[in-house]
Amino acid sequence: MSTALEQPRAQETPNYLNAEYGWKSWLFTTDHKRIAVLYLISISVMFMLGGIFAMLIRLELLTPQGDLVNSDTYNKIFTMHGVVMIFFFLIPSIPATLGNFLLPIMIGAKDLAFPRINLLSWYIYIVGGLFALGAVVMGGVDTGWTFYTPFSTTYSNTFVITAASGAFVAGFSSILTGLNFIVTVHKMRAPGMTWGRLPLFVWANYATGLIQVLGTPVVAITLALVGLERAFHIGIFDPAIGGDPILFQHMFWFYSHPAVYIMILPGMGVISELVTCFSRKGVFGYPFIAGSSLGIAIIGFLVWGHHMFVTGMSTYAGLYFSLLTMLVAVPSAIKVFNWTATMFRGSISYETPMLYAFGFIGLFTIGGLTGLFLGTLGTDVHLTDTYFVVAHFHYVMVGGMVVAYMGGLHFWWPKITGKMYPDGWGKFSALLVFAGFNLTFFPQFITGYLGQPRRYHAYAPEFQVLNVMSTAGASVLALGFAIPVIYLLWSLKSGPPAGNNPWGAKGLEWEIQSPPTTFNFDQTPIVTEEAYAYAKHQEEHVG
Amino acid sequence: MDFPLWPEAASSVAADVDHLYIYLTLVSAVMTLLIFATIAVFAIKYRRRSPDEVPAPIHGSLKLEITWSIIPFLVMLTFFWWGAKIFFLNATPPPDSMDIYAVGKQWMWKIQYPGGQREINELHVPVGRPVKVTVASEDVIHSFFIPAFRVKHDVVPGRYDVLWFTATKPGRYHLFCAEYCGTEHSGMVGWVTVMPPADYENWLAGGGTGGTMAQQGERLFEQLGCSTCHQLDKQGRCPILRGVYGSQVKLADGKTVTADDAYIRESILNPNAKVVAGYRSDVMPTFQGQVTEEQILQLIAYVKSLAITSTAEAPAGAQPAAAASTQPNGGKQ
Repeated sequence: MSTALEQPRAQETPNYLNAEYGWKSWLFTTDHKRIAVLYLISISVMFMLGGIFAMLIRLELLTPQGDLVNSDTYNKIFTMHGVVMIFFFLIPSIPATLGNFLLPIMIGAKDLAFPRINLLSWYIYIVGGLFALGAVVMGGVDTGWTFYTPFSTTYSNTFVITAASGAFVAGFSSILTGLNFIVTVHKMRAPGMTWGRLPLFVWANYATGLIQVLGTPVVAITLALVGLERAFHIGIFDPAIGGDPILFQHMFWFYSHPAVYIMILPGMGVISELVTCFSRKGVFGYPFIAGSSLGIAIIGFLVWGHHMFVTGMSTYAGLYFSLLTMLVAVPSAIKVFNWTATMFRGSISYETPMLYAFGFIGLFTIGGLTGLFLGTLGTDVHLTDTYFVVAHFHYVMVGGMVVAYMGGLHFWWPKITGKMYPDGWGKFSALLVFAGFNLTFFPQFITGYLGQPRRYHAYAPEFQVLNVMSTAGASVLALGFAIPVIYLLWSLKSGPPAGNNPWGAKGLEWEIQSPPTTFNFDQTPIVTEEAYAYAKHQEEHVG
Repeated sequence: MDFPLWPEAASSVAADVDHLYIYLTLVSAVMTLLIFATIAVFAIKYRRRSPDEVPAPIHGSLKLEITWSIIPFLVMLTFFWWGAKIFFLNATPPPDSMDIYAVGKQWMWKIQYPGGQREINELHVPVGRPVKVTVASEDVIHSFFIPAFRVKHDVVPGRYDVLWFTATKPGRYHLFCAEYCGTEHSGMVGWVTVMPPADYENWLAGGGTGGTMAQQGERLFEQLGCSTCHQLDKQGRCPILRGVYGSQVKLADGKTVTADDAYIRESILNPNAKVVAGYRSDVMPTFQGQVTEEQILQLIAYVKSLAITSTAEAPAGAQPAAAASTQPNGGKQ
C-alpha cells in the first residue's frame, strides 16, 4: 500500500489517495477512505502474524510428540494465534476496512457521522495492538484467547494483564466503529435512500454495530475484573478467595458468542453484494436477508450458555440454551436460501469475487450445520473441547468470514485503488484457499469425534494421519493467502486502470470515480430506486 | 497406514450418542448436497451467455420464505429433542451406582476408591455396573473426558460435580483432560481399564490400601484434631457428627440445609459460612490449604460412615497394609 502514497502524478485525476501527500496527511486524516486504508494495512500485518502462529501450530502437530517447541511455548503460540486473529483481525476486518470505506458511499454520504472518532478508533486499535505485541515480545501469554479463570487470574505465570489489556483497549475501537456506523446510517442517508433501499452490506454492518455497542462493554468489564483479581487478589472468579470461576464464563461468553456474529454478519453482507452483482439480478427476499441480520444480532445475545453445557450448569438452563441455539440458526439458513434463490434465472459470471462467494456459501453451510451438532445437548457432551469445535469455528471464521473478506477485497479493490489485479491469479488462489481450507479443517471433524482434545501439545499416535493431512492443507491455504498479497501489491504499481464500474455492478459506490475523490460525491446523490435494480440499469442517478 | 475413523464405543450411552451423531451427519450431508447441487445447477444453467443480458428481477416469495424457515426449524427441533433426551437420561446416576472419586490437579488425575485404593492417571472399572465419578479440582478447571464412553464433565475448583457411565466392553481406553489447564495440559492423560467383574474384584483386593476411604478419613479426623470438639458420643464444643450426613441441618440464621458432600466440604474449608443453630461461629478454624481435595473426600467418607452405623465397620477390601499405589510419581502415560 505504501507505494500509493508516494506517487505524485500530475496527469492523475484528483482522488482521495493523491489529494494530499506525506505521512501526516495519513496519520491525521479524517477521511473514512484513508482510515480504511490505515486499517487495511494494520489488520493485514496482524493477519500475517496470526498466520505465522497458525503455521507453527500445524508444524508442531505434524508429529504426535511435542517435539518442535516445548509445551509452554506451544501454549503461548495457540493463545497468541487466537488473540491476534479474533481481537485484531476478525472483529475489525470487514467493518473497519470495507465498511469504513464503503458504508458512507453506499448511502450517499461524504463521510461517517464522526470522522474524528473514526480516526480515534484506529489509534485505539493500534494501542491495543501494541499491548498484544508487547505481551508477545515480553514473553507471551498462555491462557488461551478465552482467559478462563482461575487459571488466568491465579495460576498462569505469563503476561496475562498485558494481553488482556490489548483486547480490552481494542474493544473500545470496536465500540466506536459500531457507534459511528449506527449514527451514520440513521442520520447521513442521502435523499431517497430509505431503509428499504439500503444495500444489504449496510444492513449487515448496522446489525454488527448494534452488537459491538451492546456487547463489547461486557467483555471489557470481564477482562478488567480478571486484571483486578490477578493484580489485587480480589475474590471474583477464584474459589480459593471466594469467587466463582463459572461466573467468568457466563460473562465472557455473553460477549464472545455475539462476537461470533460481529465477525460473520459483515461477511454475510459482502456475500449479498457479490451474489447480486455476479448474477446481475436483484436480490431474492430483500426484507428477509435484511431482517435476518437483525434477528441474528438479537437472538445471538441469548445463546451464550451453549459454550458451557458440561460445566455443570442446570440441565434446564441447558435445555433453554440448546433450543435458542436452534432458533438462531434459522436466520442464517434464510440467508443461504435467499442467496441461492437469487442465482435462479440470473446471469451468472465467474470472476474472482464470485468464486469466493461460492466458497463462502459452501463452507459457511458446513460451518453452520456443524454448529448444530454442538448446540445439540446429547452430542455436545462428547464433542465440546475437542477438535470438532476447532473445525466448526474455523469453517465459520475462515471458511465464512475470511473468505467473504477476500471476496469483498477482490470486489472493491478496483474501487479502493483504481487498479485491476490479474483475474486468472485471483481465481487460482481462490481455488487454492478453498482446497487448502477443506484439507486443513475437514479431517479435524473426524479427529474431534475420535476424541482428540483441543489445545494439546502432544497427542495420541492414532490421530497422526489426520493431523498430517491438516498440516498439508494448511500449507496450501497459506499459499492461497500469500499469492493475493503479491498480485494485489503488484497491481498498485502496474495494474491496468479499473474504470468506475468494472463489474457492471449497481450501487452508489460504482457511480463515482475510482478511486473516489475525498468527499466521494460532487453533489449529494438523489436515490430513486431500490438496491440492485439491475433490470433498470439504463436509468441513472445524479452522481 | 492403519488409522481409526470412528471411536470405540464402550459404554451404555455410546451407542445412543453415535446414533444421534449419525442422524445429524446424514441430515447435514443431505442439506449440504442439496444446496451445493442447486448452486451448481444454477451456476451452469444460468451462466452469462452474452455480456449485455439482463435477467428479469424476482423479488421474492413469502411462501418460500416461510417454507424454508419452518421446515429447517422443525428438523432442528428433532435434533434438540433427541439431544435433550440423551442429556437428561445421563444427567442423574442410577441409585445403585458404585462410587469412585477423581481429583484433577495440575497435571494429573488422582483416583480414589471407597475401599481406600488410590491410583494416578489410571482408572479401573468393572463391566456392566454403573459407576458414579465424583470429580473435584485442586487448582484450575479441568475436564474429565473418556471418549470411548462419550462422557465428559468439567472439573471445577470449589465444588463437586458428578458424572456416570456403565462400561460395556473390557479394554483400555483414553482418559483425557479436555479443558486447557496450563503447561502439561496434554500430559494430563491416563487410561481407563475396563475389566470383567471377577477380575475387578481381584484387582481391588490386590491393591493394598491403608484402610477404606472412611478409615483413612477417621485417621485424618484424629490427626487434624477434629475429634477434640466434634466428639462422637457426648456434646463437645461443636456439633456431634453421628447421623448428620444426609440429614436436614438447622442453621443459626434460621435456614435449613441438607448435609451433603458440598455442605461438609464447605464446613471444613469455610466453617463460618453456615453455622449450625445453637453454636458459636468463631470456634472452628478454617482448614483451607491444610487438607487436599483427596483428604476432604476421605473426611466426607468418614462422616458418611458415621451416618450408617454406630461403630465404623470395615467393608470388604480393606487391607491396612503398605499403601502401594499412592506414590505421586506413579503411572503417567
